[in-house]
Amino acid sequence: MGSARGKSIRRVSQEKGAGRGPKGQKKRSVAKTSGDVWLLVGTKKGAFIFRGDGTRRRWEAKGPIFLGSEVNHLVLDPRDGRTLLMAGRTGHLGPTVFRSTDGGRAWKEARRPPAFPKAAEAASAPAVERTFWLTPGHSSQPDVWYAGSSPHGLFRSEDGGTSWEPVPGFLDYLAALKAREGFIGATPGGPLTHSILVDPRDPAHLYVGLSTGGFFESADDGNSWRPLNKGVAAYFLPVKNPEYGHDPHCVALHPANPDRLYQQNHCGIYRLDRPGETWRRIGRAMPKEVGDIGFPIVLHPRDPDTVWVFPMDGTKVWPRTSPGGRPAVYRARDGGRTWQRQDRGLPREQAYFTVMRQAFAADPLEPVGLYFGTTGGEVWMSPDEGATWRTLAAHLPYVLSVTAAVPA
Amino acid sequence: MRVFIPPPLRSYTGGRARVEVEETTLGAVLDALDALYPGFRFRIVDEQDRIRPHIRFVAREEFVHTLTHPLEPGDEVQIICALSGGSPAHGT
Repeated sequence: MGSARGKSIRRVSQEKGAGRGPKGQKKRSVAKTSGDVWLLVGTKKGAFIFRGDGTRRRWEAKGPIFLGSEVNHLVLDPRDGRTLLMAGRTGHLGPTVFRSTDGGRAWKEARRPPAFPKAAEAASAPAVERTFWLTPGHSSQPDVWYAGSSPHGLFRSEDGGTSWEPVPGFLDYLAALKAREGFIGATPGGPLTHSILVDPRDPAHLYVGLSTGGFFESADDGNSWRPLNKGVAAYFLPVKNPEYGHDPHCVALHPANPDRLYQQNHCGIYRLDRPGETWRRIGRAMPKEVGDIGFPIVLHPRDPDTVWVFPMDGTKVWPRTSPGGRPAVYRARDGGRTWQRQDRGLPREQAYFTVMRQAFAADPLEPVGLYFGTTGGEVWMSPDEGATWRTLAAHLPYVLSVTAAVPA
Repeated sequence: MRVFIPPPLRSYTGGRARVEVEETTLGAVLDALDALYPGFRFRIVDEQDRIRPHIRFVAREEFVHTLTHPLEPGDEVQIICALSGGSPAHGT
């Protein structure tokens, strides 16, 4: 299994404001209180960019971009505030990555999109069906990006997204995990590699989530991996407390305290404080009638104790729609000990929202703006950290991803 | 030989519906098109050289299923975007 266990994590390039202060006191980084916000929306039929002014009351829509393309992720590079990467494909055409350096006006296709190595026995060899997830690399590596694919695969670009290569250690590790039947699997939408997280203190310290397969850590730039799933339920597996095989729907690492991770799993909401190894099910504090099932999880950009989820019905046949037809965001401000319902402005009844794992995001302004997109083509926003909600867009195609960023 | 380019791929060819190349196999035609229009091939043939599920090739009014399929001067090759709708698995 994994060989990264016990390796120390290098601490380099400490981010300004990251970590904790003396005696473990929480340290909040300085808020960005003004400036434009870009909301980047990927849908099953193209991408849209909503440009908001600092008040977040006025928004200008641009799009559709690549109308007809399934856009699984559209991400602005926080390192230059200018470069956009988009993971796209169409019903007929295979997957690729597009890059823009002018705010989405002109796009150039990757010279070598994410692709598996050519195998001697092509019949059973994997081919990328969709690039599902994009993560900018460490701030000290301005041209590095990571991509997760379906079927499972982890790819790295060292030239700003122009050419991509598999992370070989990950493919080898995955092949070893697959030897145990049924523990590396697929969602109804296919196997999904997602939640690629880079420790802001150490570019070689990586995490990645597999749906299904679990959550994994590398301390050596992706050469070796180990599972990090203790304490997480996996009711769909034939054994109790498996080492891997779980279904982490979405995992996030706090930028101001990279030792804190939150996870919305197929089987609940969890928190992990490193160097601890065991996740704690903080979703048990959610109201019983709501439950702690959902896809996305969103962190406050400065406060490691504040986290938002979008609960969906995980009872009976798992409709994965807003429980009771009453959509709400739930927020914890104490690391998940208590949760507060935030639904002011959202429909009060007969609203069966589904929000995908990439389709809920926070901006870095003060107060934090929150945004989610539904599979029914609506985009909702809150300019006040979830206290009130309003519709930003409607009648879009099925929303796959929403990211919020501040351009340069 | 003349290659018919379907509408979803014309963003690569600058809008051209027909492109002239001279090669002896389907695979060589696709390589030539990829040299002219980088990225073209990967959208219709995957990294294991498998033709993507909703792409069809026609030569001499017959479907062609292998990249090694021989072609002759004067053949017309059609690239067809076949039916892909109606299934969530296909993103529609």
